[in-house]
Amino acid sequence: MIYADNAGTTKMSKAAIDTMFRLVNDTWGNASSLYSVGQTSKEVLEQAREDIANLIGAEPKEIIFTSGGSEADNQAILTAARIGASKGKKHIISSAFEHHAVLHTLERLKDDGFEITLLDVHEDGLVRPEELENAIREDTCLVTIMYANNEIGTVQPISKLGEICKKHDVLFHTDAVQAIGHIPVNVNDDNIDMLSASAHKFHGPKGVGFLYVKKGIRVTNLINGGAQEKGRRAGTENVPGIAAMAVALKEAVKCLSKTIEDVSKKRDRLIEGLSKIDHSALNGDAIQRLPGNVNFCFEGIEGESLILLLDDKGIMASSGSACTSGSLDPSHVLLAIGRVHDVAHGSLRLTINEETTNEDVDEIISKVAEEVAYLRSFSPIWRDLVAGKKEFIL
Amino acid sequence: MALYSEKVMDHFRNPRNVGVIEDADGIGEVGNAKCGDIMKMYLKIDNDIISDVKFETFGCGSAIASSSMATELIKGKPISEAMELTNKAVAEALDGLPDYKMHCSVLAEEAIKSALDDYHSKQGK
Ligand SMILES: Cc1ncc(COP(=O)(O)O)c(C=O)c1O
Repeated sequence: MIYADNAGTTKMSKAAIDTMFRLVNDTWGNASSLYSVGQTSKEVLEQAREDIANLIGAEPKEIIFTSGGSEADNQAILTAARIGASKGKKHIISSAFEHHAVLHTLERLKDDGFEITLLDVHEDGLVRPEELENAIREDTCLVTIMYANNEIGTVQPISKLGEICKKHDVLFHTDAVQAIGHIPVNVNDDNIDMLSASAHKFHGPKGVGFLYVKKGIRVTNLINGGAQEKGRRAGTENVPGIAAMAVALKEAVKCLSKTIEDVSKKRDRLIEGLSKIDHSALNGDAIQRLPGNVNFCFEGIEGESLILLLDDKGIMASSGSACTSGSLDPSHVLLAIGRVHDVAHGSLRLTINEETTNEDVDEIISKVAEEVAYLRSFSPIWRDLVAGKKEFIL
Repeated sequence: MALYSEKVMDHFRNPRNVGVIEDADGIGEVGNAKCGDIMKMYLKIDNDIISDVKFETFGCGSAIASSSMATELIKGKPISEAMELTNKAVAEALDGLPDYKMHCSVLAEEAIKSALDDYHSKQGK
């Protein structure tokens, strides 16, 4: 079996599993309790906070633990919206291909009178800093642009974007769910005011994440109740999950430069191999992209069938076709980079990691080529393309 | 639970009657690439009986399975019976489809009707 859907989720690392097991057994106290079992939990919790803060250049009190990336995105955006509204600023800038945790939250803010500008991400899947600068207005209260895209893996010029926001005194949030643990992220170097992360994308557990909020920013809490997380997020803390997240992130960051070098090489081998398939195209910039992300469109076929056939061959991947999203439209990300519906339906996302071998890569290339050829063999679109009745797009 | 029934997966993995009939008596094509599904049906008709049927499909697993099952349901049958084929019959023969995939069975029904219409209009000429 070859697992190539690490952008979907990752397998927990052994160290993270061991930590979680150990803590579930030994450190089950409520971190808010005064007696010793509770206080041990509290210590573990605060150690995790400190470790995570250190890994991204933050202070421990700037880290709020959440249930994952979606919650962190929601909280960051609503925090900025509330601050903005109190000053009469109700304009937010984002990009067209954000995760739905961001886009749907912004959509809801429209009902409260917010105006949203979505920056173009161009054919290469990259935001242009000058376009951000031009879009900033007197009443802009937030810029929220993802660090790296979850489908096509393009990495945004975050520190430049952060610099522009700083210059114009606008809050800057980034959804770094796909970036953290995969490429270097530092909130100071990148001028980031708020950042979202999710443990299950870097070999930690699901249902755990964090939000970084720079000190001095008044946080709006989404979940009201007890005084956990300094009143910024109520609910008895998931101490084993949080500690496992910290362990997973520490591990990922420790060998980061080696992993990046190694995984990027395999990524490029995969891109090169798949490029040999006729009428295919890589989605997103080839260089400004996550080390493990490969995303292709193949003309004349539909992505869901390709995923199912690859699964039969032991390869797990994903697609942005409509049929995998449960709607009639293919992925908003592929449409945002200008792929027309016809080819966007034929997309394949392969997200590899440090465990993927060169043999795995070669196996993926040969199986994808085989299955694409098979699906094309009875595709009426492919027949028309080959017969010259329709023009090839790719 | 798996996304699809065993029957759907069987027809998806081993689609029946895939291909083209070069001298078809009726051809029907429905759907569009924009929505991600296109089905093309080719019919050979002798004495009002569907003696052969082939299909080509661009689409998801359930679209391929629905086309395959639809061809099985009409092969060797009189035209009058094929005209009665409903999308529900296709879906039921596949042991059901997820709700949001029911349109695939509708497409299969439409593809067959369209091919039969083509046959009839050619006959009329
Ligand atoms: C870019 C991005 N943001 C947010 C999320 C949501 O994270 P979670 O599943 O932890 O809520 C994901 C994961 O699917 C993601 O890829």
